[in-house]
Amino acid sequence: MKNLNSVFAAYVIGWGVFFLFYLTIAKRTSELKEEIERLKNVVGRGRRSDV
Amino acid sequence: MLKRTLFAAVSVALVVGGAYAAFFIAPTERTMGDLQRIFYFHASTAWAAMDAFFVCFVANLLYVWKRRQAYEALGVASAEVGLVCTTVVLITGPIWAKPAWGIWWTWDARLTSTFVLWLLYISYLLLRSLIEEPDRRALLSALFGIFAYLDVPLVFFSIRWWRTQHPAPVIMGGPGSGLDPTMNKVFFFNVLAMHLLALFLIIERYGLERMKNDVDVLQREAEAQ
Repeated sequence: MKNLNSVFAAYVIGWGVFFLFYLTIAKRTSELKEEIERLKNVVGRGRRSDV
Repeated sequence: MLKRTLFAAVSVALVVGGAYAAFFIAPTERTMGDLQRIFYFHASTAWAAMDAFFVCFVANLLYVWKRRQAYEALGVASAEVGLVCTTVVLITGPIWAKPAWGIWWTWDARLTSTFVLWLLYISYLLLRSLIEEPDRRALLSALFGIFAYLDVPLVFFSIRWWRTQHPAPVIMGGPGSGLDPTMNKVFFFNVLAMHLLALFLIIERYGLERMKNDVDVLQREAEAQ
C-alpha cells in the first residue's frame, strides 16, 4: 500500500474543487433569485403607479 | 426540483462508486502499484473537460451563426465546467507525477498544452467580464472561444505526435496500447460518472446564466420606468 497518501490527496482535493464550484453556483443562484424578486417588485410598483 | 436533486444524487453516487471501483475492484498495476489508481480519476476528468470544451465550441459556433442568448449561456456554462475539470487535472497530475517521476512538473508537450488550454479558457471568462455591452461581449467571447478550442486537438495528439514525459496513450493508442479488462471497465465507469457530473454542473451553471439574463431584462425595464 505504497503512495496511498498521494492517491487519497488527489481524490480529496479533486472532489473538493468540484464541491467548491457547486457551492459558488448555488450561492450565485440564490443571490440572483433575490435580485429577480426585488426587481419584479420594483417593476410591479412602477406599473401600478402608471395606472 | 426533484429531477435536479435526483440527477445530482445519481451523479455523486456514480462518482463515489467510481472511486470505490478504482480503490477496491481495479487490480494493482505492476510498475506503479497503488499510485496508478489516480489514473481513473485524473484521465476520466480530463475526458470530461475535453467534452465540455467541445460543447462550448459548438455553442460558440451556433451563437455566431444564430445570435441566440441560449447558445451564449451554454458556451459560458460549459467553458466554466471544462475549466474546473482542467483545474482538477492540473492538480491531480502533479500529485501523481511527484512519486512516479520524482518531479511535480515538466514542460513537456502534454503538460504545456494542457496548461495553455487552462489559460485560454481563463482568458475567455476574463474577456467576458471586461466587455460591458452584451451583444459585443457575446460575439467577441464566442469568437475567442472558437479560437481557444484549437488547443484541444493539440492536447489530445500531443502524446501521439511527440515523445513526452507524460505516458503514451493507453486508450485509443494504437497497437501495443490497452488496459487490463477489469481496469478498462473501471476506467469507463469513471468516464461515465465524470461526464454525468460535468453535465449536471453545466445544467446548473446554464440555469444561472439564464437568470443573469432575466436580471438584465428586468433592470432595463425598471430603468425605463
